[in-house]
Amino acid sequence: MNIAGRALVLRGDDVDTDRIMPARFLRSVSFDGLEQHVFEDDRKALAGAGRVHPFDRTENRAATVLLVNRNFGCGSSREHAPQGIVRWGITAIVGESFAEIFFANATALGVPCVTVSADDTQALMRAVETDLATAIEIDVSALEVRAGSIVARASMPASAREAFVSGTWDATALLTADYNVVRRAAARLPYIAGF
Amino acid sequence: MGSTLLQKVWDLHTVRRLPTGQTQLLIGLHLVHEVTSPQAFDMLRLRGQGVAMPERTFATVDHIVPTDGQLRPFLDDMAEQMTVALERNCREFGVPLFGLDSAEQGIVHVIGPELGLTQPGMTIACGDSHTSTHGALGAVAFGIGTSQVRDVLASQSLAMELLKVRRIDITGSRPPGVYAKDVILAIIQRLGVNGGVGFAYEFGGTVVDRMTMDERMTLCNMSIEGGARAGYVNPDETTIAYLRGRRFVPIGAAFERAAAWWRSIASDADTDYDDRLEINGATLAPMVTWGINPGQSLAVDGRVPREADVPAGDSAGVRDALEYMGFSAGAPIAGTRVDVAFIGSCTNGRLSDLREAARIVQGRKVARHVRGLVVPGSKSVAEAAEREGLPEIFRAAGFEWRAAGCSMCLAMNPDRLNGREVCASSSNRNFKGRQGSPTGRTLLMSPAMVAAAAVAGEVTDVRRMLPAGETR
Repeated sequence: MNIAGRALVLRGDDVDTDRIMPARFLRSVSFDGLEQHVFEDDRKALAGAGRVHPFDRTENRAATVLLVNRNFGCGSSREHAPQGIVRWGITAIVGESFAEIFFANATALGVPCVTVSADDTQALMRAVETDLATAIEIDVSALEVRAGSIVARASMPASAREAFVSGTWDATALLTADYNVVRRAAARLPYIAGF
Repeated sequence: MGSTLLQKVWDLHTVRRLPTGQTQLLIGLHLVHEVTSPQAFDMLRLRGQGVAMPERTFATVDHIVPTDGQLRPFLDDMAEQMTVALERNCREFGVPLFGLDSAEQGIVHVIGPELGLTQPGMTIACGDSHTSTHGALGAVAFGIGTSQVRDVLASQSLAMELLKVRRIDITGSRPPGVYAKDVILAIIQRLGVNGGVGFAYEFGGTVVDRMTMDERMTLCNMSIEGGARAGYVNPDETTIAYLRGRRFVPIGAAFERAAAWWRSIASDADTDYDDRLEINGATLAPMVTWGINPGQSLAVDGRVPREADVPAGDSAGVRDALEYMGFSAGAPIAGTRVDVAFIGSCTNGRLSDLREAARIVQGRKVARHVRGLVVPGSKSVAEAAEREGLPEIFRAAGFEWRAAGCSMCLAMNPDRLNGREVCASSSNRNFKGRQGSPTGRTLLMSPAMVAAAAVAGEVTDVRRMLPAGETR
């Protein structure tokens, strides 16, 4: 599985899902339209200070890869956060590390989150900031992220990599394939059998 | 070599190994609420699927419900719509619902243990990151997103990767005025907000052994704030005594068999852990957060850090936090003026939390510039508090007494901060904008510390307000 595209650099550690998608946008029974609200409060705050958030830069509008730092997506389990990012147009995320629930949510949406070293993250960010047209290529099979002369070793839990390579990242089909095995496992449990 | 509780529970719930290498893990209890489930039910409809085990699935409304004026239809049209959607989904798919018309409605992580739905040795999932709370009873419990809620609804299972286990011992004893909230804030402060990624936290040691179940829930609740998707305490006699007589717990001989099984799934004494941490309980003090994540905390008598005080990699985070909070590096945190005091949430909205806060406010008044809000975690908590006369104590002091819900923890309902207000809060997250105002500021602390701050009108050391000579 290969993903290639222009990248958007979002610097900062511990970017939480409340910032990615403030709770007031969870007030809906669907995910429709969430792309409009990604980082809304951060974007407004920066605009108020006369600065431009990476998600507001017109030259970033074509980006499909998101470059982040450490512990991206920490906090709430709200899938609204990756839903918003994906609906905005991002198809893969590269960073130093990811919070676990965010990673699982993104995986379920078919968006790989791959980890590269802090040094490589810096190098990739600098390359993109120097030349926005830099194409980032994420090779999930080979676990490599390439950009111009940079070749970064990437990592990802083996099962997630396998899920992307084999196209089985939507786990529902696997999990519902044979309900009898689930039923048998349940029957073995004392608390389900009634002690 | 023995096994951890996590490993035992994992093995017992393994359905099969998936082709990806992940485990198909049976989920013994699935808890559902109005905010993260509507899209999951819609996906089931779209795929023509039903709920695999509606009898292992329970729903309630908590996140968006108003805490004043709960007459239907709600004044808040979106709250009404989301509640109606959950009611319809539960009806259509046969899922039991503890709705607002039920005496057992409340925050999902408060009512699970309260009803005895949560039991040791279970796997529990819920579309909410604070599902880790249920680990207090010796369950393996974790938060999931909506696509995974769909998976559990459809298959009663999840595709999961085994977690490592970090054993965290809190040894010795706690000084007075130090609560479970202070213990977990201190742990996160030491290990960082991402220190737990890939781990489940197993809490133990004499301090934890002596904790009540409510306190253990506070501890496990915030595991996720340290990056650990699950946290747990091994079931012991405290756990078993707590469960006896609860609605969904077996009775008679079945209870004794259940208790024996619960004891058997605790981690073995000769277990090897992937990592360990030991903290001497005597070194702990009441904690307050000063920044924009739950790891940015300090003892109440401490000073807000300077960029130079932290490792180089963290200085940008400190700078960002100081700028957002408007705090001066090196300034004492005590004396910080607060505008709002919030007591409640799945972290600290249980009866014992309200009792501790009431003890502090009894006979005192909330400072004139402070808006104080007490939101019980469930209708049962509210009812028990009413029997003890706690609402009268809070009202007499100048607090508002509200109906059960998540309320100002995440401000999906009208309970929220305005502008740059500073809130002393017993909740779990101090992220930017968390409490409903994009510029609002949150200081996390124990309910007793919130009560003290409400009275003083500023952050203050609760130990000065405890009855003289008290030992806990």
